[in-house]
Amino acid sequence: MINIIGSGLAGLSAAITLAKKGTASNLVSVQEAQRAQSVMAEGGINAALNVMGEDDNFMNHYEDTMKGGAYLADPNSVYGLCKNAPDIVNWLIELGVPFEMKNGKMIQRNFGGQKKKRTAYVKSSTGKMLMSALIDEARKYESKGLITRYPHHKVADLVVEDNTCKGAILKDEYSGEVITLHGPVILACGGLTGLFRCRTTGSSDNTGQLVSNLFVKGLKMGNLEMIQYHPTTIDIGDKKLLVSEAARGEGGRLMTYRNNEPYYFMEELYPEEKNLTTRDVATRAIYKIMNDKECSGDVYLDMTGIKEEIINERLSDMREELLDYFNIDLCKEPFKVKPGIHYFMGGVYVDEKHQSSIANLYAAGECACQYHGANRLGGNSLLGAIYGGKTAAENIEDVEVKITKEILKDCDECSPLFNEKIATILSEGLGIIRNEEGILKALDKCESLEKEELNKAEQNKLTFAKAMLKSALNRKESRGGHYRDDYPETDESYRKTSVAGYDQDITINFADIPERRPQ
Amino acid sequence: MRIEILRRKKGEKDSYLQVFEYEKTTDDETVLSVLNNLNLREELKDINGEKAEKIVFKSSCGQKKCGSCAMLINGRPGLACASRISQYSDTIRLEPLKKFPVIEDLVVDRSIMEENLKQMKVFFEDKAIISEKRNQVSYEASRCLQCGCCLEVCPNFSVDNNFTGMAGAMPMSRIINELDKKQLKEISKAYNKFVYNGCGKSLSCVDICPAKIKIEDMLVNSNAIAVWKRYLKD
Repeated sequence: MINIIGSGLAGLSAAITLAKKGTASNLVSVQEAQRAQSVMAEGGINAALNVMGEDDNFMNHYEDTMKGGAYLADPNSVYGLCKNAPDIVNWLIELGVPFEMKNGKMIQRNFGGQKKKRTAYVKSSTGKMLMSALIDEARKYESKGLITRYPHHKVADLVVEDNTCKGAILKDEYSGEVITLHGPVILACGGLTGLFRCRTTGSSDNTGQLVSNLFVKGLKMGNLEMIQYHPTTIDIGDKKLLVSEAARGEGGRLMTYRNNEPYYFMEELYPEEKNLTTRDVATRAIYKIMNDKECSGDVYLDMTGIKEEIINERLSDMREELLDYFNIDLCKEPFKVKPGIHYFMGGVYVDEKHQSSIANLYAAGECACQYHGANRLGGNSLLGAIYGGKTAAENIEDVEVKITKEILKDCDECSPLFNEKIATILSEGLGIIRNEEGILKALDKCESLEKEELNKAEQNKLTFAKAMLKSALNRKESRGGHYRDDYPETDESYRKTSVAGYDQDITINFADIPERRPQ
Repeated sequence: MRIEILRRKKGEKDSYLQVFEYEKTTDDETVLSVLNNLNLREELKDINGEKAEKIVFKSSCGQKKCGSCAMLINGRPGLACASRISQYSDTIRLEPLKKFPVIEDLVVDRSIMEENLKQMKVFFEDKAIISEKRNQVSYEASRCLQCGCCLEVCPNFSVDNNFTGMAGAMPMSRIINELDKKQLKEISKAYNKFVYNGCGKSLSCVDICPAKIKIEDMLVNSNAIAVWKRYLKD
C-alpha cells in the first residue's frame, strides 16, 4: 500500500498509475480533489505533438525547457518529461479532455520561451478540465478498491525512523479521529504558497507546513531560492489573480505610457520573442519599467488588438472573469497588471525517479524540485505534475513497513498572524530583485521573530523560511527567477542545485547537476 | 459593518450566532477577505468584547475555481470569494449551507456529492470519444465546482433520497456526452434513476450556479442521449 499526500494532478496521476499496475494506494487530502490548486491552472500543457505544421519535436521542447530553466534542471529528467509529453496528452484525450480543436484536428498555442506552438489547451481553464477528467478516472479505480480516498484529512505527521519513512499519521478534520497509514509515501502536497500568505496566485490550502515539518526532520530541499513571479497578475484583496500567459500567447501586448504615448516595451527590448519571453525575463522587464521615471509607473496588458471571435473561442473564460471581478472588458481596454508570486521551482530535493533524501519517501508536483530549473516555462507545470506523479508511482517500491513508535504529534497550525509576519519578511528578502543586504535584513527579522512565543508548527515554518533566505544568500549569482543586483551575472560555477538540509542547524550546499546520458 | 456568523463547535448539536464589528478595507473586498481579516486579528473579540475562537471555514483558490467557500450569505448560497461586500447593506449574515451536515462553524460535510458520483459510476470504462462538437458540452460539464450551491436551493434534493441534483448531473453529462455505446446502457439506467426521474424541473439551480454553467443545455444533451436514445453524430 502506497500513501499519497495530496490529490491534485500529481497525486491523482500517481494514484492512477499505481492502480493501473494493480498497486493500491491511499489518497490523502485536506479537501476534496476538486479544491486542489491544479484546478486553477489556466493556459495549457506542453507537448511536441507537431500538429501546427511547424516541424516541432520533443528535442525542441527539451531545449526550450533547459534554456528556460537557465540550465539548472536535471537534463535526464527533462529529457524524459519532454519525450513522454505527447503520450501524456494523448492519454488525456482518451480520458475525454476537451482540448481545443479546429476542423477535426487539435490545435496548440504559443507560450513564453518556446519557439513553436506547443501548448495544448482548453480555453484558459486547462487545469480544471484535466482535473475533472482525472478525478473521474480515479473514481473508476476507487470503485475497484485500488484507491482509497481520505478527502478531509490532514497529515499530522510522517513517521521517519533511521532516515526511512514508515507511514503517515492523519487526523480526520471532520471527526477528529486519528488514523495511521503504514507504508511508503509520495508527497504531492503542492508548492510553498503558504510561506507568502495572500501574496500569490496559488491555493491557501498549500500551507507549506508539511514540508517545513519534514525539513526539520532532515528532508533535503533543492533550489529554495527559485521563485517564479508571474508577469501578469492583478490584486484582488487577499490574493493575486492570475492573468494567464495565454493572453500574450494569443496576441496580448505589455504596455506602459512614456511621454503620454503607449509604449510596447517588450517589443522594443526583445524584438525576437517580444511579449513571449520566459517569465523571469518579462517580470524583470516590467519591474524596471514600473520603476522607470520616464514611464507612467503602471504596466498594462493590451488585448484590444485580438479579434473578438478569437477571444470568444479561446479565452471567453478569462474575459468573463475580468468582467466579473473588475468590470474590465479585455476586448475594449488595456488593463493594469503586476508581477506576482506564482510558482516555486524549488522544493523537496529528488532524483530522476522522484526519490527524496529519505528512504520510502518520494515527492512529485510543485512540492518537488524537478524539471523547471531556475525558471519554469508556462505549460510545463501541468505536464510536470502528471509526469512526475507517474514517474514516482512507477519507481516507488511497495515495501512493507510498519510504524512501530506511534506518536501523534500535536497537530499544530501556524496562526494567520504568524503567517502574515513570515510572508512580510520573505517578500522583503525574496522579491523580484534581491541582494545581500535585503536577505540579511530578512534573516535578522527571522531571528527576532524566533524570540516570540511560537508553537512547534511556527518554529518549523520559521526554520524553513530561513532556509529559503539562506539558499538565496548563498547563490551569489543571477539565474532564472533568482536575480541579485549585487551579483547580476550568471556564474557558471553556480550551475548547481542549492541543497538545504537541517541537522541542528541549517546547512546549504551546492550539488552537481547530473550529466546528460547519451540517449 | 456588522458581520453575523452562525457558529457551531465541533461535535456539538447547537449553533449560536456571534456578531463581529468590521471595518472594511476596500469597497471591493470579498466576504472571504472579511473572514481572513477577522482571523488575522491578534485577539478576536465579538461585538460585546467577548473573546471569540477563530472562525472555521474552508477556502482554497479564492477566485471561483474550486467551490470550497460555498456558504449562505444573507440567506443566499454563494461563494465567499465571489461575493463583494459592497453589494450588501451594513449587515452581512454568514451561515453554513443547510442541506448538509454541519461539521464546525461554516464547514459542512459535502461527501454526499462524491458518494453519488461513485454510485452512478461516473467514469469511463473505456476510452472517451472527443470531437469538436462534443467538446463544447464536455467543457461546460467539466466546469462543475462541486460546491453544492445548486443542491442547497433544489426542492428535490436531500442527502437521503435518490436524486443527485445537478452536482451529480453535470459530471454525468460529460461522461454521457463522450461515451461509446458499450457503456451507454448502464449509464443511461443510472441517469434515469438518479437524475432524470428526480428532477422536478424547477431549475432554481440555473441562477444560483456560481460557475454559471449552462445547466439546461447540459440536461437537454444528456436527456437526448440517455433518455430519448438519440445518439450523437459527430
